[in-house]
Amino acid sequence: MDAKTIIAKRVAQEFEDGDVVNLGIGIPTLAADFLPTGVSVILQSENGFLGLAPLDDLVADVDLVNAGAKPVSIIPGGAVFDSAMSFAIIRGGHVDVTVLGALEVDQEGNLANWMVPGKMVPGMGGAMDLVSGAKKVIVAMEHTTKDGKPKIFKKCTLPLTGKGVVNYIITNLCVFEVTPAGLLLLETAPGVTVDEVRTNTEAKVVIGPQMCIMPIV
Amino acid sequence: MSKITTIEKALEFVQDNMTVMIGGFLGVGTPERLVDALVKKGTKNLTCIANDTAMPDKGIGKLVVSRQLKNAVVSHIGTNPETGRQMNIGELEVELIPQGTLAEQIRAGGAGLGGILTPTGLGTIVAEGKEIIKVNESEFLLEKPLKADVALIKAHIADTDGNLIFYRSARNFNPLMAMAAKVVIVEAENIVEKGQIDPDQVMTPGIFVDWIIKG
Repeated sequence: MDAKTIIAKRVAQEFEDGDVVNLGIGIPTLAADFLPTGVSVILQSENGFLGLAPLDDLVADVDLVNAGAKPVSIIPGGAVFDSAMSFAIIRGGHVDVTVLGALEVDQEGNLANWMVPGKMVPGMGGAMDLVSGAKKVIVAMEHTTKDGKPKIFKKCTLPLTGKGVVNYIITNLCVFEVTPAGLLLLETAPGVTVDEVRTNTEAKVVIGPQMCIMPIV
Repeated sequence: MSKITTIEKALEFVQDNMTVMIGGFLGVGTPERLVDALVKKGTKNLTCIANDTAMPDKGIGKLVVSRQLKNAVVSHIGTNPETGRQMNIGELEVELIPQGTLAEQIRAGGAGLGGILTPTGLGTIVAEGKEIIKVNESEFLLEKPLKADVALIKAHIADTDGNLIFYRSARNFNPLMAMAAKVVIVEAENIVEKGQIDPDQVMTPGIFVDWIIKG
């Protein structure tokens, strides 16, 4: 199983039936493909609708896209609204789970994913509102950078998207819960050792009392 | 007086140095005919308030490429490399605002509010230089209202009185911007006689709309 699939499958297990969920572009979006049996969620798209679904075999509608401008469809029973309503839903605590990628995340739950000063400044889009308002914030990303450097730190160095906002970090190596004591290691991916997790994590890792193998097949 | 007009007449209201709100999310819901005509007209030094700067060949991105903007007040520029390039060499000033904050600032501008209080951006550089207000033990940022000289709006259906219906994700910032500008110009895909839209279906009341052109 490749890294992205491991992450997406594990993220999907965090959803409960009926949850309102916002998925970021990239790996987070893949999680919708692996919903556990009996769990269905309502996907929110921050450009203004509930009930996002993959494009079916119908012709793409140029006016119906996800937050990455890719054509999608809307489920029967979906609802469309303007950007103020969309962010009232997001900021007002009506989104149960938001899943985002990260450039950096740290043991205090700080997240940085919107700019690298002097290099890349795409902008925060809706990310700052999502992490400030969603009930559960999950960072889903590959554990290290492409050249193997840590992305999970004691303290983020990049400009923050949100301060103390992250609840869980799900990577291809493990699952962390952000706690006042540090990052609690809840699960390791199949075949991954605690030492590997520690080596690839700059933050303080605390072994969870019920640590287990990530239950993905 | 009829609100139906030509693009040329409508764009007489857009002059150099003005602040212009333009609807759309990565080009979806952007009035492309109005943008194209504005590019052709060559109006300069505009401050553009929009969700994003789209792509170089789409929506607001075209106004960046044609160097008609001096300021962009947006939540995202990542899909338009030209915006980043002009920003880095100091030709274009970009103010990045969280998307939900931007939406509420525009709504506040149209709704006569003195601003909004939001938790979004607390503890980040977005909060720098802004007033923090405590309400019931929680902290909020004071974000001020945004207004514009002109708003360029895309609608799916307009009646001749300017009542509007939007379609799917092309709605986004359009209804909010239609409330927040002195002159509101709508590019409508379909124009119907007044009375043809059921009042319960109206998404933006016609009183907000000054001019309508056929999209």
